[in-house]
Amino acid sequence: MSKQEQHWEKSKGLLMMTLAIWFVFSIGIFLFGAEMNEVTGPFGYPLTYWFTCQGSLGIFVILIFWFANRQEKIDEEFGFSERGDD
Amino acid sequence: MLKGNFIDNLPKVYGIYTGGFLGFIIIMSIGEQMGMSAKAIGICFVAFTVAIYAIIGYLSRTAQADAYYVAGRQVPTVFNGMATAADWMSGASFVAMAGGIYFKGYGYMALLVGWTGGYVLVASLLAPYLRKFGCYTVPDFIGTRYGGNLSRFMAVVVLTVASFTYVTAQINATGTIASVALDIPFQYAVYVGLISILLCSMLGGMRGVTWTQVAQYIVLIIAYLLPVFWISNKIGAGFFPHFMLADEVSRIAELEAQFGFVKNSAENLKEVPKGLAGITKAHSAVNATPWAFISLALAMMMGTASLPHVMMRYFTTPSVKAARKSVGWSLFFIFLLYSSAPMLATLSKLSLMDPTLPTGIIGKSITDVQAIDWYQNWNAANLMFVSDFNGNGTLELNEFFMGGKAVVLATPEIAGLPYVISGLVAAGGMAAAMSTADGLILAIANAISHDVYYKIIDPKAETAKRLVVARVLLVVIGFAGATIAALEIQGILGSVIWAFDFAMSGLFFPLVLGVWWKRANKEGAIAGMFLGLVSGAAYLVWVRTGGSGFLGITQLTFGIFGSAVSLVSMVVVSLMTSEPSAATQRMVDEVRVPSGRSIIGKQ
Repeated sequence: MSKQEQHWEKSKGLLMMTLAIWFVFSIGIFLFGAEMNEVTGPFGYPLTYWFTCQGSLGIFVILIFWFANRQEKIDEEFGFSERGDD
Repeated sequence: MLKGNFIDNLPKVYGIYTGGFLGFIIIMSIGEQMGMSAKAIGICFVAFTVAIYAIIGYLSRTAQADAYYVAGRQVPTVFNGMATAADWMSGASFVAMAGGIYFKGYGYMALLVGWTGGYVLVASLLAPYLRKFGCYTVPDFIGTRYGGNLSRFMAVVVLTVASFTYVTAQINATGTIASVALDIPFQYAVYVGLISILLCSMLGGMRGVTWTQVAQYIVLIIAYLLPVFWISNKIGAGFFPHFMLADEVSRIAELEAQFGFVKNSAENLKEVPKGLAGITKAHSAVNATPWAFISLALAMMMGTASLPHVMMRYFTTPSVKAARKSVGWSLFFIFLLYSSAPMLATLSKLSLMDPTLPTGIIGKSITDVQAIDWYQNWNAANLMFVSDFNGNGTLELNEFFMGGKAVVLATPEIAGLPYVISGLVAAGGMAAAMSTADGLILAIANAISHDVYYKIIDPKAETAKRLVVARVLLVVIGFAGATIAALEIQGILGSVIWAFDFAMSGLFFPLVLGVWWKRANKEGAIAGMFLGLVSGAAYLVWVRTGGSGFLGITQLTFGIFGSAVSLVSMVVVSLMTSEPSAATQRMVDEVRVPSGRSIIGKQ
């Protein structure tokens, strides 16, 4: 397998992981919205309510930065990262 | 003046700007103390901020295609994040979102999840790859990746349908705010709003829009957060509302149980002015089925990833990795406002509902409520209404009605904040609506000038001529949007959601598969865009004209049907026709590698 193919395989792996986490917090947990709302979540809000106000939104922010860093590492590993500016 | 070290000086420039704006707020509040009228404060706020945007727009003027279309590809990640956040958060987000949460509760919160979760798709599936491609517009990517004028043209059609649906709502919002703040009739205010919008974008194109959007973000976020924190402190709910409103949320649930949700008879509801709603849904309880919630969130997420005015912001970053990071910053700046909207809704609702608070009106006598100053003001503005349906002389929960916009616009006044805050909120709403309208009008005008005029009609046109065409189109599209907005056909929020559905019906899969599926070819993409858009639109018309729909897909989520048709037709047609040429496949390989030259033109 060429360097480029290996790079793409790893990038696809990262994509799958990112989309899996995204799926859990954008769709998965809301399948059980009513049940989860019985539980008290962070700061004392009902759990599902908290996810819709802050939780899922905040997790998406962190997820994107985490994804960007991981992808940069993959690019560096194969020597595909851009030089210079940020 | 704005060359070279301007980029290095950005933090300083916008730091001074922010300080200046805060100083302006202080001057206005001193003016209020000294007896300046509420109307004068409102006019000052809107006029001052719009004048600043116009100056930035003028300073950013350019005669270069690269600067006009992609701001010279040198916008740093954090500033691009702010610009995207302003581009993204429309008048609807600013004025109507807290109201939506207030009245519809959990079912509406799907929009919050959808409008943020979509950025994960933008960051991981599209933005870095389209940045590597080096295109000027979204149809530029479709046209080059799949080849042929027809695919390029179809992409322009989808883009125009989605963006135009969206932009009329934004011009409408600028008109509403301008008409209230400047006290002129709506039909004229719409054009005042339009001219303000064009001042930002006409001379500098994407460069002008970028630097005004950063300035607009600063205004709108201050205008949104300041009242939320102030109200929360004033009513003693906690100095940092986001972490401290759990007691208030449970108190609302308690009061809801105590008052009960009484259903009004159709006859009584006839009395209520159009557009106002009562509190009929629980504040923090789950009041929608999982599928209703998930389908709306999913439609908004896929729509986010297909809307061209957002995607083209990531064409302006200096590199591919900057594009990825910039998506994260965008969502962070959006998060600051979105996570505050539910808090504002909570504070607003509790301060009216709780009989133990001095601002509470439920349970008081109707005549007392009707005598309150702010009630009379907002009743006159057609945003508040009470009526004694059961004739007991006391205001019940089901006898109080309010417009969605009033949550943002009226809460500062109800909580007893000085009028300067209301002026600030008007400036914030104007900034939010203007920045989104700018991005959208530019997206349409650029797609038509670059993809239809330059790439299809006259590929030999000189830069100067191309930019004249681009600017003429900007004005024409702006006026078309304003003319339709002046007709006041539909509400702000409804048309915003439709825009997402149109965009995802026609563009989501052609964009994503263009990067992630090498086998996707021209015929497949054309079929995907055409059938996706047509079937989505047909579904919308069918449901609107009394059709029952299926699988619980409503007029707000018709994009799920449209994009499913798009996916199936694109895959089937691609597999039935020959695979893309070796050159195209090499191009896709190159797009997947961040380093090296961009596919189109110079880096």
